[in-house]
Amino acid sequence: MWEYCGMSRSEEGLKKGLGMIRELQEEFYKDVFVPGHNDEYNPELEKALRVADFLELGELMMIDAMDRNESCGGHFREEYQTPEGEALRRDAEYTYVSAWEYKGRGQEPILHKEDLVFENVELKTRSYK
Amino acid sequence: MKLTLKIWRQSSPSAKGKFETYQMDKVSEHMSFLEMLDVLNEDLVQKKEEPVVFEHDCREGICGTCSMVINGHPHGPMQRTTACQLHMRHFHDGETITIEPFRAKAFPVMKDLAVDRSAFDKIIQAGGYVSVNTGQAQDANAIPVEKDQASQAMDAAECIGCGGCVAACPNASAMLFVSAKVSHLALLPQGEVETARRAQRMVQVMDEEGFGMCSNITACEAECPKGISITNIARLNREYLSSGIGYDHEVK
Repeated sequence: MWEYCGMSRSEEGLKKGLGMIRELQEEFYKDVFVPGHNDEYNPELEKALRVADFLELGELMMIDAMDRNESCGGHFREEYQTPEGEALRRDAEYTYVSAWEYKGRGQEPILHKEDLVFENVELKTRSYK
Repeated sequence: MKLTLKIWRQSSPSAKGKFETYQMDKVSEHMSFLEMLDVLNEDLVQKKEEPVVFEHDCREGICGTCSMVINGHPHGPMQRTTACQLHMRHFHDGETITIEPFRAKAFPVMKDLAVDRSAFDKIIQAGGYVSVNTGQAQDANAIPVEKDQASQAMDAAECIGCGGCVAACPNASAMLFVSAKVSHLALLPQGEVETARRAQRMVQVMDEEGFGMCSNITACEAECPKGISITNIARLNREYLSSGIGYDHEVK
């Protein structure tokens, strides 16, 4: 996550990272050993489920970062920068919030776009200079 | 350092438990007691055995989650120290350490060293709160509290609700815990208003949950990782007795 979906991301890196997470996921579901039994209090099961959740969350972060072909806020895509190296937003295409619908393990999630509508303020790019 | 651990293993509340012996070869003296158990559990998982279930959360002595009896003392033999803040340098090479869960009727063992302390939550739900609507946060100087009183309230508020007092008491009494909560609130003007009802209700639930009576053994004070004083028990008794007069008619 730090290497490929960290401070700055690129399509190439995100693809690589996504592949690595999916490999880990496959290994997890094939090889995971959870001590204890089904019919008793088992904190180890809770830990295993947490690992499964984090793998899923990491996978989705990569997918979402790949979908957003612009640089915005904490999401800096190397392909989208101004000649001066500042974040380049693409408001015409990406003025929406992404809500991803989970379709099960191994299935691609479905993107639902929630448009961002600005009524009282004007959409602008902040200048840090 | 090398250690022999005798740990209570019990698979469920109804199962029969027994002590299991484990050898630890490479224990660092800098480890905390819980870290030492983490290392044991890593070894057990590597061997595809079941790790020892024990409760832990903040690991800095303030949350009251860790609960175990080490060599016969709740939270171990060190004074005013929770199990998570106890370090292995206080034990010696080759020592055998016995680790058991808190034992009390009101704290059933869930598994191994983890006990169910929801009885404490029920006591708090019965009165361990202030329900006076005070509006916005007051200016700090608007309600003056005398220094002595503030200090005593803060001392009582140190209680982290771990249940070590119950584990230490031969009667499994929760009086030190309940008295710390009642004292803490009774000593401050915001909490003082509801003291009568609070004392009655909390003691009632304490009895219902199966905790024993106090017979002034004072083991609770000696073992309390936060050094809560039994003076609080005297205050609880006073509040309980005085509030009992006419209680049924007025505040129930």
